Amino acid sequence: MDNILTFIKKEFLHVFRDRKTLLMLFGLPIVQIILFGFALTNEITNAKIAVCDYAKDDASQHIIGKLQASQQFEIQSALLSHEQIGTAFKGGEIKMAIVFPANFNNDLLHQHKAQVQLITDASDPNTATAISGYANQIVMDYQNDLMQLQRLPYQINTEVRMIYNPELKAAVNFVPGVMSLILLLVCVLMTSVAIVKEKETGTMEILLVSPFNPFLVIVSKAVPYLALSLINLTIILLLSVFVLGMPINGSILLLYAVSTLFIITALSLGLLISNSTASQQSAMLISLMGMLVPSILFTGFMFPLENMPYPLQLVSHIIPAKWYYIIVKSVMVKGLGLSAIWKETLILLTMTVLLLVFNIKKFKIRLT
Amino acid sequence: MDTVIHTTKLTKRFGSFIAANEITFDVYRGEIFGFLGANGAGKTTAMRMLCGLSKPSSGTAAIAGFDIYKQTEEIKKNIGYMSQKFSLYEDLTVLENIRFFGGIYGLSDKQLKEKSEQLIATLGMKNETKKMVGALPLGWKQKLSFSVAILHEPKIVFLDEPTGGVDPVTRRQFWDLIYEAADNGITVFVTTHYMDEAEYCNRISMMVDGEIKALNTPAKLKQQYSATSMDEVFYELARGAKRSE
Repeated sequence: MDNILTFIKKEFLHVFRDRKTLLMLFGLPIVQIILFGFALTNEITNAKIAVCDYAKDDASQHIIGKLQASQQFEIQSALLSHEQIGTAFKGGEIKMAIVFPANFNNDLLHQHKAQVQLITDASDPNTATAISGYANQIVMDYQNDLMQLQRLPYQINTEVRMIYNPELKAAVNFVPGVMSLILLLVCVLMTSVAIVKEKETGTMEILLVSPFNPFLVIVSKAVPYLALSLINLTIILLLSVFVLGMPINGSILLLYAVSTLFIITALSLGLLISNSTASQQSAMLISLMGMLVPSILFTGFMFPLENMPYPLQLVSHIIPAKWYYIIVKSVMVKGLGLSAIWKETLILLTMTVLLLVFNIKKFKIRLT
Repeated sequence: MDTVIHTTKLTKRFGSFIAANEITFDVYRGEIFGFLGANGAGKTTAMRMLCGLSKPSSGTAAIAGFDIYKQTEEIKKNIGYMSQKFSLYEDLTVLENIRFFGGIYGLSDKQLKEKSEQLIATLGMKNETKKMVGALPLGWKQKLSFSVAILHEPKIVFLDEPTGGVDPVTRRQFWDLIYEAADNGITVFVTTHYMDEAEYCNRISMMVDGEIKALNTPAKLKQQYSATSMDEVFYELARGAKRSE
């Protein structure tokens, strides 16, 4: 038992000696959370728009006033004619132009029908859809204001409730995503590189000649990264609660338990990579291209899985991060218990066991 | 004389390639046994089998009295190993390296303390104990590496081309350490490319194409091949080799 402590101590020394990597490991989650939290949001605020008002009447002024008052829009310019709209878009200054035809109010009052034109820059389709949606909403608002003056015989009111995330915070989506990515990065990349490094420098041979159990070599190497991952996890959770204001609704204990399971999955993946490669560079390349990129693509926090073609959805099933992401969302955001996530947990557990068995088999072959 | 290594027809095949072919030899306690051969002759393969890094295809061997198939754990406790590659941790200090390798061989804290002090004194590295090993000159690294390999007082120490790339003075000093170890009863099993080093060995075996072609003391080998130096003996034997890198 003393032996393994000696070994684990040595592993921690390696980790602490490499200051740059250590800084990166702890800096990364902080930077990612802050980036995703404050810079890389897909919420739209202060989109610049241009207004071309041929009507200049009560109704159009009212709607323009509402647009200006909203947080989503910032009126950049008032244009005099249609021709100027094209120029404004080409300059890339505006995301949307809104055109009120002449006699807007008149049409509305006497024909009970009027038209507003929304022109959006769809070179970025998501933003264009979102912006036109907001603008539509504002026009509808005005229409509802008018309708209150006169009763319609039939009326359907939709009452929308956004459950789990009433404020539509993006953090709810990306915090679990960042968690799975960081844990993958630390466990897969760092572990595989650490083990391959021993092979590359020849120290692995010395260790294999020693009476020290080769399986304990692997266990000892994994321990510091398990510890680092748990610290990282704590940092991410603290940041998300206290900086992003995203509470943990479910059991913290359960969250840590499933995270530990995912960490072990990732560590076994790292081990698998280190078993199949001979140099640190290839270990790094395989970890990044073979693990991290598919995880970003198929976890579902950047690109919705439901929109993918069926074969790709099948591919996503073998990505451990996908299941962890679902679990974290359920526990952290929806506040659900183990009864709701047992299926995903079982899948992760099975993956881990399979990976470990495969590793042990492979490791034995390598020794002979 | 005590036999510490005893092999009978030890063979290693990789597919149809026979890396080591029916090697039979004995090594006695306290002797310095030179294991020579050209590149690709099968030295490293044979050595890896003796250390338990590689499983023999056939044949038997006993290391320090333990069976190479069944008692690998016992063998590991009784041997030391120093590979071609420099193999201490460059990002650990001299003292940390000594403590670590002593620790995984199960030395107690007290033993470790005594041993490391003794070792540092012998090597004259008192001022370097807190230095990272990576910052030491190669010669010192090799000497340290050897001292670490025999820290747990093994019965046999295997040295795989230990002096590669080291200057002649350091090589001489390195051999002083080897003699000292042999005087203390540690059997030294060493592979080398330097024929002057071969002269320092008590006995030498020459491997050609996976087989041991000659085995005797340097003096007798020279006599046998009517050569004036080990260089000539080596050329004489290696000339017939079919395999080379």
